[in-house]
Formats: sequence, structure tokens, C-alpha cells
Amino acid sequence: MEADSRLVLPLAAIFTAFFVAPLVVLLLLSLHGDIAMQGWTLHNYVKFFTDPFSYSILIDTLLLGVKATLVCLLFGYPIAWLCARAGARWQSVLVFLVILPILTSVVVRTFSWIVILGRQGLLNQVVMGLGLSNEPLRLLYTEVGVVMVLAQVQMPLMVLPILTVLSKLDPNLADASRVLGAGEWRTFFRVTLPLSLPGIIAGCILTYAASITAFVTQTLIGGARLIYMPLNIYQQAVGANNWPFAAALSIIFMITVMIVVGVLGAIGRRSEIHGRA
Amino acid sequence: MAGLRRIRWDALSLKLVFGLLAGIALVFLVLPTAVVLLTSFTSSQSLRFPPPGLSFRWYLALLDADQMQRAAWNSLVVAFWTTLLSGACGTAAALAIARSRSPLMRAADLLFMSPLLLPALSFGFAALIFINRLGLSPNIPLLVLGHVIVCVPFVLRTTLASLSQLDASLLEASESLGAGRLTTFRRVTLPLIGPGIGAGAFLAFMASFDNVPVSLILADERTEMLPIHLWQQIETNLDVRTAAASGAIVIATLILMLLAERFAGLTRQMH
Repeated sequence: MEADSRLVLPLAAIFTAFFVAPLVVLLLLSLHGDIAMQGWTLHNYVKFFTDPFSYSILIDTLLLGVKATLVCLLFGYPIAWLCARAGARWQSVLVFLVILPILTSVVVRTFSWIVILGRQGLLNQVVMGLGLSNEPLRLLYTEVGVVMVLAQVQMPLMVLPILTVLSKLDPNLADASRVLGAGEWRTFFRVTLPLSLPGIIAGCILTYAASITAFVTQTLIGGARLIYMPLNIYQQAVGANNWPFAAALSIIFMITVMIVVGVLGAIGRRSEIHGRA
Repeated sequence: MAGLRRIRWDALSLKLVFGLLAGIALVFLVLPTAVVLLTSFTSSQSLRFPPPGLSFRWYLALLDADQMQRAAWNSLVVAFWTTLLSGACGTAAALAIARSRSPLMRAADLLFMSPLLLPALSFGFAALIFINRLGLSPNIPLLVLGHVIVCVPFVLRTTLASLSQLDASLLEASESLGAGRLTTFRRVTLPLIGPGIGAGAFLAFMASFDNVPVSLILADERTEMLPIHLWQQIETNLDVRTAAASGAIVIATLILMLLAERFAGLTRQMH
């Protein structure tokens, strides 16, 4: 091993001892019936896939991620677009505003959303003040509320990768499209959007993974009745003290996340090759 | 004439739609921070928004909140050690990864970045089982190691990004002028990638200070961490001291962000 490569060793040691080894133990425990780990069994996995309650939680979680990611994309792309067009100074200000939520403590942020989304919260005051609704909207402890908050919390993860791609884009390409007679919308959908696909996919991977694993937001905004995978794992591990089943849930959840990330990543690589051609 | 008007309307409508969406999004991005700040200065006993009057009374009440102060101190200590370890090991690993093309290093890179995508709660739970099997019980050093796993990707990412922009000819120039490898690192490489490391360390510190999933599972009964304490406050008795503590965290975050922007060009490092 050359001298430079050895610099990786300290972190590699920490990861082997404290990341890889625990995950291996987690996998082993999920294949046993109890914590003593005697006798192999697939019981925990069979239990998950035969119990509609269990696997519907996984499906709900995956769908929640899709909804939050789409909302993030719808609102995040225009922010990135605006940032890319702004001068250096305004760009700094905008990026600062975008990363502000992700750096503010997640508990604090969620707490603030409880004040905003509550029955007598800010949003309901505005909605009722404008006469849009006669009674307060139920937002807290509903999926609409969870999607809203997740979209806000994860917005930077969508905006930043798109901004990276948009600011490297050659403005001549859009100009050429306009000179050739395409309108702004056509130029956007036929030139700018396809070229920014790698950024969009990178953003979607990050937002999706962050949304489905967002334990604090899901639990505090969703309340006890909306159960997603992270809370399910926590309840099985700490509440029900069923460690082997919680281990199986964790493994299933992690593999699902890896599959989604892998598929999106493969699409991303293809779009990059396509973009270059 | 009609054609020209159509083109103008076309350009205008695109700007209008994008501007509107971006505007709404920006309001929602800033809203929670603004609401927390305003609520924390309320003069009333309740968390009503907008507050009926402004005062510092809940910030003063924080001075007597022993439990909260202890939790804040624990979080600061853990975040400090996490940042130090992540910064040192992460920078070293980034140097090795950036200078190598071997598939083994690509794999290491992927491994080190994976905690960013995998559910942190599952990792925390795995670590707890592991510690248990070893016959140990959760303690602060183990908690710090757990935090390093989930925080080091931030250091790695920003440092690798600044290393990729490093002009190799500068290093060659330094070495051809007779500087040793260590001197070149200290006098050329480090100053140039310093902002990248700094921005990464800042992000790692914030991520550790704010971590719930790992702390919730790996902190022992005696060491309560601030986010967990605040969470319990929010779930049980929503008192206004929680708002004041939240306000204090927001103010500290804003100050740190401005410092990170000033000294490490934070916003430039983020994209």
C-alpha cells in the first residue's frame, strides 16, 4: 500500500468496528428467534411478509417518500433556477435561506411546524381569515401535514444538486434554441430540463432517502396513529422489546432504501451519458 | 405584431410561474425559523402565535432550567469530539481517496458515504445490539463513535470537492522547488482545502448537535442530549421554555452560519 492510501486507515478502522460489524450482527440477529441467537430461523421475515399490517407500513413509507420528493421537486427546481440566474451576492443570500432549515435543529423546526399547523395555528388563522374555509383544517397528525413538513425540511437536498448542474450549464444552448425559434417554455422543456436531469436525480435520491428515514418529523407531525417504518422499528425495539423482529424490519428497510437508491442512481448515470451525447 | 406579443407572453409566463413557485417555497423555507424566533420572545404563558407581547422572560427562565442546561452541555461535548474525530479522520480519508484510482478506494468512498442515505435509526439500533453482544453498555465515547459514523460524510464530501478543484501543478511546483511532502501539505494543500474542511466540520458539528436517532438509542440514562430532552418536552408539556431554548438554538445557528459563510464560504461549498 502506498503512503497516501494509508491515510484512509483510521476512518476505515472506525467504520469496520462500528458500522460494518454492527450491521453484520443486526443481520445475524434478524435470522434468530431470540437475543441469545440460538437456532437459525426465517420466522421474522415470514412474519413481516405475511402480516398485512407490517408490509402496509413499508408501502405507506415508500409512498410518503414519493409524495415528499415530488413536492420538493415542484418547488425546489424553481428555487434552483432562480439561484442560477441571480448575481453572486443574491445567490449567496438565496443559498443561505435554502440551507437554513437543514442546519436548524430538526426538533426545533418540527416544534415550529406544530405552532404553524395546529388548529389555532398560523396557517389556519390565515386560511380562515381569508375566508377559504369555515372551520380549521386538520393538518397536524395527517399525512398532508407530514408531506408539507418533509418537503420543507429536505428542500436543500433537492435544490443544491440541481443548482450545481444549472450553474454549469452552457447558456449558449438555451440561446441557440431561442434563436432557432423555440419559445421559452419549449426551450425549458426540450433543452434546460433534460440537461439538468443528473442534478434532478441526485436531488431526488437525497430527498427520497431523507424523507422515508426522517424519524423525528414523521413521528412528531404524524403523531402516534400515522406509523412509518422508522417509528415501527423503534416501537418493536424499545416498546415491544422484540429485538429480532426489529432487526429484520431494519434489514428489510435498509435493503429497500438501497434498491431505490440503486435504481435511481442507474437512471441518473444513463441520463448523464445521454446528456453528454 | 401578434407573433412578438406571443413570444413576450411566453417568456413572461415562464418567469411568472417559476418566480411564484420559488416565492412560495422561500416563504415556507423561512417561516418556521421566523415563527420560532418570534414565539420565543412571547410575554404570554402559551405558545399562541402571533404573541400578544414581547419579553425576555422565557430566556431568563432558561437560566434556572438545570436539566436543560445539562442536556445542552452533553450535546456540546459530544458534538465537539465528533467534529474533531470526523474532521481528522475524514480529511485523511479524503486525501487518500482523491489521490487514488483503485477500485478499493471507490468502495471505501461508497461505504463512508452510505450513512447519509441509510436510516440512522437502524444503524443506532444495530450499534446497540453490537455493544450489547460485546457485554458493554452505552456510554459517551461509544455515542461519539456513533455520531462520527453519521457525521463524517459531510466532511468527506466538502473536502473531496475542494480537493478536486486543487490545481495539481501547484503541488508539483512546490515539490520541484524542494519542499518535502509534509511541507507541501502544510503550506500549499491545507490552506487551499481549508475552507472545504471547515465547511464540512461545521456541517458535522450541526449534524451531531442535532442528532436524534442515534442519541435516542445510544445515550445512557444519565446522559440526556438536548434534542431528545426538547423532544420529550414537546411531547409532554409544551411549555414556553422549550420555545426559548429553540429560539436560543436558532440564534446560535444563525451566528455560526454567518461565521461559516465569512470564513469558509459556506454557501459556495454547498453546491
